[in-house]
Amino acid sequence: MQPLTNTPTRYGWPTIILHWLIGILFIGQFALGYVMVRTTSQRTSFELIQLHKSFGFLLLGLIILRIAWRLGNAAPALPPSVGMLERKTAPLAHFALYAFQVALPLSGWALVSVSTLEIPTMPFNLFVMPDLPMGESDAAESFWTAAHWYLAYAGIALVALHVLAALRHHFLLRDGVLRRMITPSSAGE
Amino acid sequence: MHARIFGLAAFAACLVMPVYAAVALSDAAGSYTISPSGSSIRFTIGKAGGGGFDGAFGRFKGTIRIDNGDVGRSKVDLTIYPESVGTGQGRIDAFLRSDAVFDAANSPEIQFRSTSVTRTGDTTAVVTGRLTARGKTFSEKFTAELGGLKGGTIKFRVTGKVLRSRYGMDVGTPLYSNIVDFDMTLTGKRG
Repeated sequence: MQPLTNTPTRYGWPTIILHWLIGILFIGQFALGYVMVRTTSQRTSFELIQLHKSFGFLLLGLIILRIAWRLGNAAPALPPSVGMLERKTAPLAHFALYAFQVALPLSGWALVSVSTLEIPTMPFNLFVMPDLPMGESDAAESFWTAAHWYLAYAGIALVALHVLAALRHHFLLRDGVLRRMITPSSAGE
Repeated sequence: MHARIFGLAAFAACLVMPVYAAVALSDAAGSYTISPSGSSIRFTIGKAGGGGFDGAFGRFKGTIRIDNGDVGRSKVDLTIYPESVGTGQGRIDAFLRSDAVFDAANSPEIQFRSTSVTRTGDTTAVVTGRLTARGKTFSEKFTAELGGLKGGTIKFRVTGKVLRSRYGMDVGTPLYSNIVDFDMTLTGKRG
């Protein structure tokens, strides 16, 4: 049986799979968002935006699952070699990453809910996702467009920091912090 | 209202009773030019989850010819300028005019040329014709109902459903229905 739950020294498979799936989708969403608002073809732009909305709701679902799993599974401790500064800041950075994962799809949902274009949302054309109960107006649409944009850039900056920190652990500190997020068995226990 | 009743009666009489046809058709028969004032071409497209969005074409031209003696030989020609589409939301209008939908720059006209008119009731007829949009032509059917005939002015309400996918305008399905519901009021002035 593959290890499922986290232990004090390693991550289980659900944590690892959700981490990479969300990470890849998050970066993909940033790239898709960047491209979709710069595409000159109105048709392609429209279709890319609908795809972005679909992946956004998929991400929101995965993130809820991830947070629920995280609440029931403590993260493994950092190796003893990790210094005091990182011991204090890493949990803050990880909390911020979770906050962005929640705030980004919600701000996108708010944006489509208040938009005066009133475009319906059908994730992957499967079902109609209702709008959030928010009043639509041009002002609200501008606000949530800006909020979604700033959150996206701040979020991707945080992801970049997270990636650099992981690479530092792997190549400079040569500890098991990155490896234990790849497989439970290569945790360096 | 009297004029409307008179108009309907006159049209009905000419269709139903050939004996009086010569008299009644002398009122209705002839060529009419569609007058923008008193005419409108509106459409509705249903949305997933309920509701829909409405639009209208502001500019169009056309003629209606009612044949003296044989309604079936009547003709309707209509040209719509998609550049004039309006939905009350500028961004949607721009989207509709773009190559995502009408491609108004390259296909500035939507044309309807009737091929047959079949009477279906005292004041109703089915108008079949060739609809051309974005270089694609298909046969479409519309229901026309005589709304009135007064002096040299004739009024029809024309309704029909068109599948937009056939004309290369399927963008947004299934969020937005493939079926475009047309509701037109066409007022013709003799001459």
